[in-house]
Amino acid sequence: MVVQALKDQGVDVVFGYPGGAVLPIYDEVFQQNDIQHILVRHEQGAVHAAEGYARSTGKPGVVLVTSGPGATNAVTGLTDALLDSIPIVVLTGQVPTFMIGTDAFQEADTVGITRPCTKHNWLVSDTSALADTIHQAFHVATSGRPGPVLVDIPKDVQFATSGYTPPNKARVSHYQPQVKGDMEAITELVEAIEQAKRPVFYTGGGVINSGTAASQLLRELVDASGIPVTSTLMGLGAYPANGKNWIGMLGMHGLYEANMAMHDCDLMINIGARFDDRITGRLDAFSPGSIKAHIDIDPSSINKVIKADIPIVGDIAHVLEDVLKVWKARGRKVNGEAIQKWWATIDDWKKVDCLAYTQDTKVIKPQHALSRLEALTKDHDRYITTEVGQHQMWAAQYLHFNDPNRWMTSGGLGTMGYGFPSSIGVQMAHRDALVINVAGEASWLMNMQEMGTAVQFRLPVKQFIMNNERLGMVRQWQELLHGERYSHSWSEALPDFVKLAEAFGAKGIQCKDPADLDDAILEMINHDGPVIFDCLVEKHENCFPMIPSGEPHNKMLLGQASTKDAIGAKGAVMV
Amino acid sequence: MSALKIKKGANKHSAYNLRPTFSDVVERHTLAVIVDNEPGVLARVIGLFAGRGYNIDSLTVAEIDQLGHQSRITIVTTGTPQVIEQIKAQLGRIVVVHEVHDLTVEGRSVERELALLKVEGEGDKRVEALRLADIFRANVVDSTLDSFVFEITGTPEKVDAFADLMRPLGLVDMARTGVAALPRGV
Repeated sequence: MVVQALKDQGVDVVFGYPGGAVLPIYDEVFQQNDIQHILVRHEQGAVHAAEGYARSTGKPGVVLVTSGPGATNAVTGLTDALLDSIPIVVLTGQVPTFMIGTDAFQEADTVGITRPCTKHNWLVSDTSALADTIHQAFHVATSGRPGPVLVDIPKDVQFATSGYTPPNKARVSHYQPQVKGDMEAITELVEAIEQAKRPVFYTGGGVINSGTAASQLLRELVDASGIPVTSTLMGLGAYPANGKNWIGMLGMHGLYEANMAMHDCDLMINIGARFDDRITGRLDAFSPGSIKAHIDIDPSSINKVIKADIPIVGDIAHVLEDVLKVWKARGRKVNGEAIQKWWATIDDWKKVDCLAYTQDTKVIKPQHALSRLEALTKDHDRYITTEVGQHQMWAAQYLHFNDPNRWMTSGGLGTMGYGFPSSIGVQMAHRDALVINVAGEASWLMNMQEMGTAVQFRLPVKQFIMNNERLGMVRQWQELLHGERYSHSWSEALPDFVKLAEAFGAKGIQCKDPADLDDAILEMINHDGPVIFDCLVEKHENCFPMIPSGEPHNKMLLGQASTKDAIGAKGAVMV
Repeated sequence: MSALKIKKGANKHSAYNLRPTFSDVVERHTLAVIVDNEPGVLARVIGLFAGRGYNIDSLTVAEIDQLGHQSRITIVTTGTPQVIEQIKAQLGRIVVVHEVHDLTVEGRSVERELALLKVEGEGDKRVEALRLADIFRANVVDSTLDSFVFEITGTPEKVDAFADLMRPLGLVDMARTGVAALPRGV
């Protein structure tokens, strides 16, 4: 019945790991061919793979794991999906109902443990409710602000038989979040757009989550109005990086021009972003002179940290459609002269060239590695995942995304070990695409067991590891904040990544000479199979620009020279 | 104030109802939350308050619609206006929550709480306790030769006042239900 429900929900891939309490479902999986099961090597990997699948397709990712340790191993992935609003349906086995509460073998209070890290969860105590609950789970995961859900199914409930409830008969009516924005607020926003002298669009992951229509509408609005657009880490690709109004990513490691525009604007139009602390910096000095419009499907995002002057609750695509309609009906007006001046200011900021670096002939700079990766892969049908740390920020700065759903990274939770399993999920959804996980060696080791999965299922994922033998971002903070006392932030006893790849039956490439880099990258791209690319990079490179914690947007650090005493005592307590 | 000719603060037509400014004044609000009566629903609500660091002054819950399997949770909480708005929005996000009402701002409401107070004493103190109970319209629901259990119903302030008076007269134990509240009128 579980498999039938998944089929009816359009599921074609399930990521999972069997165990005692989930065997009846695995028996169902065995006896059919419509749904492919990908056996991961650790349940955390299953959830991240499902996240990668979901983010690159817009469809919910599905995970099947056993009770107890199977469920607890999924917790990190669930939390990651919750913070990044990724639709995931996790099915967990549970000990039979009559044994719940007896500390049975592999029993855990799964719904209790996962209550704060799911959008919603269910313990199914009766087989007659099973199909209905699974359909509800898909509805909740994908409606409104997407998120992870979990259905805990005791073993006796899996064995018992009962009538099947088809999706169209499932009880979903009680959860119907508002998608249409309030028309008066939308008109107010259009009036603000018409008058604003220094407007900026600040877009986020909500645009991607809303679907490709939202990205299309955003492009139409931005290009027709001529207003500059920046994006959070989560929203990259919604507006193309090669678009004429693109001013780069904003935030802690965002571009100088983007952060300065945020600070000096008079109208900030937040579309599907949530004023995360990586974006705002010091709250009382955040964009002091601007009217703030905030479009979000989740009412709790509005006024949570930054007060919205024009709050609009609704789905991005629906709201943008109405904004465009009203704006066009009123004559497509903008304050053209003022916006031209605004662009002149922004162009001056661009001249700072905040991403400049110098590549010498000896050691590969990480920025150079990514610039070359970009140059050599940009014409491919390409998907990028990342781990977490310096390499993630450099990837966001030096790789360019012209379409949504091409960039999968752990933004909210910052989960090291996310990128590799995520790349497996992406490759499952796009078998012929070039899928690259931009990684640091420390993050990558956290879920390296998934090499087995990549090799078993012939998934040609490319693991582009920028190896500085350091926990680079931790090291950077220790340099800036803790008197260069590098407490436990270096990687010793690293494996030989080439041999490691070969041990798994994959290909390994190592590159340390800048002169060899292009050839090595091409060799990676052209190899038909999974590759571990060990790129030995400059060990002490710092990631700039950087807004030091406790500082506003216009107090960015641009390079090594400006870092001394950059972070005050108040900023030091922040993360 | 921005150069734009748009006033700060959401207007009354905005999608989300707000007070004009973020104030630091801590307010006390009574919230009524209608939820599906299913296992774990109370844990979701309490977990939200604990996880996000909100206060619970009192909380009562019971099923109010047996056929529809709905319960009503009445929560008294304190916080700045921004926090109160955030609490309501966060409660509204919970999938099994149907309605969130802020009785403190949605017109006048009536709030009642029931308390049981055990008072031990002899002689004058015992007589005085009984006399005060009469003034507060508290009922004696249990009596021994040296103790009473009083039942009192009223606003939390009335219960507080009665408890304060009973303390010097031998209050030894107390149980309170927390606030139940309904809007006045129709």
